[in-house]
Amino acid sequence: MPETTIAGHTVTVDEEGYLTNPSQWNPDIARALARDLGLELTDAHWKVLEFMRRDFQERGTVPGMRRLNKVGGFATKDLYTLFPDGPIKKAARIAGLPKPTSCV
Amino acid sequence: MNSTPDRPRKVSIIVSRGTLDGVYPGLILANGARMEGIEADLFFTFFGLYAVLKGFQDKLRIATVGNPALRVPHAKGVPLPTLLGALPGMSALATAMMKKEMEKLDIPPVSEFLQMIHEAGGHIFACKATVEMFHLRPEDFCPQVEKVLTVGEFYERSAGAQIIFT
Repeated sequence: MPETTIAGHTVTVDEEGYLTNPSQWNPDIARALARDLGLELTDAHWKVLEFMRRDFQERGTVPGMRRLNKVGGFATKDLYTLFPDGPIKKAARIAGLPKPTSCV
Repeated sequence: MNSTPDRPRKVSIIVSRGTLDGVYPGLILANGARMEGIEADLFFTFFGLYAVLKGFQDKLRIATVGNPALRVPHAKGVPLPTLLGALPGMSALATAMMKKEMEKLDIPPVSEFLQMIHEAGGHIFACKATVEMFHLRPEDFCPQVEKVLTVGEFYERSAGAQIIFT
């Protein structure tokens, strides 16, 4: 696994740049990863990221859109506004989680 | 992560069939496109129109007759003989089994899926020729249907898009 330095922290990432160890993640890294995607993180972003990290910890997979709707309480529309052009992929990346593998 | 030149920027997906398995691939493709930042239009035609008809859209079924790939009691079981498939309730049973599996994978029912695609910025249309043939009215459709389009308007909207027929 390649190592890289994000916001002064050394982390391991996969070939696409997703963190491979969620425990190496911290808010500084999230802010730096978000900036790479052209996003400034707001409270609304953090709520999504925190839910995704918590859900991943409990279930071992990145939650899909429906789970974010039903369990997380986030509307699809809002998720596309917060993370344009690919909400789950972008949020997962910023949250230090693996690339989503579900089709829905 | 960001768009690369070899990826389509827009897809126009035509859904022409009205079975459960005829409709879902188009919905998954459209939703998946939006999740990748690709523009998506969904165009429902012929029996595919039932996916956007109020009162019918969540009652789509799997065909248990004329479907030689259908096996029971699971995907690697034995082919369902045509005469058994024709028995009352067989289509409903096969449909219920598949819906249960879809629910486990968090694949939403048709009406909810269309709502999701609509909120994701996908556009949903009905085919004018079919609407006339079936004697339908605008109020027959679920609210996510933006417009009834002629084939000409469909091509105008699809300029530069990849067209996918399902």
